[in-house]
Parts: sequence; C-alpha cells; structure tokens
Amino acid sequence: MKNENLYNYILGIADNSLILGQRMGELCGHGPTLETDIACTNISLDLFGQVRSYFQYASKIAGDGRTEDDIAMLRKEREYINVLLVEQPNTDFAYTMARQFLFDVYHLAFLVELQKSADLTLSAIASKSIKEVSYHERFSSDWVKRLGDGTEESNTKMQEAIDALWTYTDELFHQTEADKAMVAEGIGVDVTKLKDSYYRHVSELLEEATLQVPESKYFQKGGKEGIHTEHLGYMLAELQYMQRTYPNMEW
Amino acid sequence: MTTTEQDIDKKLIPILEGVSDPEIPVLSIMDMGVVRSAVIKDNTVKVQITPTYSGCPAMDVIGDDIKAALKEAEYNSEIELILHPAWTTDWITPRGRKALEEYGIAAPLDAEADKDVLLNGKRIVKCTNCGSQNTRLVSQFGSTACKAQFQCEDCQEPFDYFKCLK
Repeated sequence: MKNENLYNYILGIADNSLILGQRMGELCGHGPTLETDIACTNISLDLFGQVRSYFQYASKIAGDGRTEDDIAMLRKEREYINVLLVEQPNTDFAYTMARQFLFDVYHLAFLVELQKSADLTLSAIASKSIKEVSYHERFSSDWVKRLGDGTEESNTKMQEAIDALWTYTDELFHQTEADKAMVAEGIGVDVTKLKDSYYRHVSELLEEATLQVPESKYFQKGGKEGIHTEHLGYMLAELQYMQRTYPNMEW
Repeated sequence: MTTTEQDIDKKLIPILEGVSDPEIPVLSIMDMGVVRSAVIKDNTVKVQITPTYSGCPAMDVIGDDIKAALKEAEYNSEIELILHPAWTTDWITPRGRKALEEYGIAAPLDAEADKDVLLNGKRIVKCTNCGSQNTRLVSQFGSTACKAQFQCEDCQEPFDYFKCLK
C-alpha cells in the first residue's frame, strides 16, 4: 500500500472510537436510569458516526476494494490498534464513567490538535467531532464529580474505578511508527505534547470531585501494537458475529 | 459561512424544500440547513449535504429522499456528504425555528445561554406547551443526538430542546 502510514494512522484513531462506542452501546437497555441509558447510547452513536468517516477515508486510502464495513468488522484481534483503556469492561457505572472521562479529556485535546492537520479530510472530521466530544466530556466529568463528591459509597466506587483504570492512561501518549511518520509530515498529532496538560486537567477535576489522584507509576501498554487485554476478544466475538456468520449480509 | 452564501440553483429550491427531515418531519432539509450546495450540470444535479451530527442515521435517508424528489422532477443526481465547514444550529432558518417550536421542540438558544442551561441549571428554556421558563434539564442527551430532555415545572410537560451546536 502506498500510503500505509496514513492508513495505519487513521486506524489508530478510529479503533479507539469504535471499541469505546461498542462498550457504550452495550448499555443500550441496561443503563442505570433511562436518561443515562440514552446518554450512553447517544455517545456511542456519535463515536460510531465519527468511525464511519474515518473508515470511509481509510477505505479510499487502502484502495484495494475493502469497504468501511470490512475494515471495521473483518480484522483479527491483533490487527486492532485501539488503546487498552477503551476496551476495559463496564464493571459498574463508576467504571463506565471513569473510563469515558479518562478518554474524553484526551480525545478532546487530541481533536483540537488534529484540526490543524495538513490532511484536510482528517481536519474536517476533527472539527465536526469536537462539537460532539465536548458534550461527552461535560457529561463524563459531571458524573465523576457527582459520584466522587456524592455519598461514601459512590465515592468509594468512583475511587476504585479511577485507581483500576489509571494504569491504562499513559498509553494514550505513546507513539507508533505510523504516528511518528505522520507527525513528521504535519498530518498527525504529537500526542507526547498533550501528556502534561492531560494529567494536570484530570488531577484538578479529581481533586474537585474529592478523589485521590493515583500515585502508581506502573502503566500497561500494548493496545497500539495490537497486544490487547483479554476483554477485546470477547467484544470482537460479539461485534463481528453477524459478518462472520453471514458474510456480506446486508440489512 | 451563512445560508446566504450557499450555492443553490434557484430552480431547485422548491424541490428541495419538499424534502423533510425524517426525524423531524415538520422541518424541510432546507430549513435545517443541511443542504450546502445544489448545482445543475448536464441535467445532473450535484447536491452537497452535511450531517447535523456524525452519527445521524437520518443522513442516508435524506440522501435517498433528495434523489427521489429530483428524479420526480426528471433530474439525475449525485449526493456528496461533506463535513467541512461543520454544521451549526445557526444554519436553521427562522422559519425552521418556528416549525420546531410548533412541533414541540424548543429551538436552540445562543451558545452562552445554552451553556448556562446545560451546565449551570439556569431556567430559561421556554416550555413548548405553556411558554413558562420554569423548566428543568432532565438529561443532556435526548431522543436523538441533537436534543436534550427538559421538563416544565409549571405544566409538567416533558419536551425536547434542540442543543446549540457551534
């Protein structure tokens, strides 16, 4: 493939939204209240919409007949390059909101930079997505605050979720070979530059929510290279079931 | 970009005004501001549309409906989905805002007021049923991606508010 770096770069962005969207979609009909249920699935829908734009573009770049659906549905686990954070399960609502918050803060900062990309398609998708992701970030921040600064039980649960997910945050700022190549061409975002302000913003909000900022310096990585936690396999089994069982089926 | 800068062939306006938003049937796609250009070239109409939200499931239907409406007027057409410049609620026409209100959806406030309502719990969104501003935000997300849920504290009517998108 001629533009392999660009193709892989797009996949890296899109896979995060695809897998997080799938996680939020799992709550359809299972949210703790009707309003949060609708909110989670709305977030899922926004993410899937963004994913379609990215994969339609990736399909054009690949130029080998693979459609957006093929790219989304028919890769093997090792070929997905989302960060480990987004594939972590909906253990309880605190985990769901903590995961969303830890990703949203990164996602918003990332999109602000991607708007400046020399690639006009990526910049257009970014400026469209920013408006949606701003709502996500407000929503998840609100819930982290509300649960952190809520009852003793909600505080305990939110603290536990933040502590458990913290180990996946550093990977957001790792660069793959494709990332580095795209940064050099003015197309990609240098995520290493987002790290300090990310941790500053997250820490401030956690303090406001009367939560402890985890001190652990042990971080998990691997998702961006296709090495995932055990959870992704189960998700893909569900995500891909229809296309694998009835190849080429359409609605 | 404002709606006046749109490059839309005058002959096509009545046809496009006949196509409604499948999720808000009282609103034409022209009043919604999703048609960015429509030009005729060799009897083929090239239409550019832009989504309100990325995941808006109505976009595919809107594309098909435009094609069908143009076909009836004996035009072939090509639909192109564009993302830039991104759609904003400012592109909803005054007629569109009125239609929304009559349909039971509160029209978007300006960005500042919208923030006050969605983040700070300020009560200024007018109830579409009784007009009271004593209304409460129930959820930032509503029945579709573009709306939030409200309830009137006076007449108790639950209603949707079209979120400001800038």
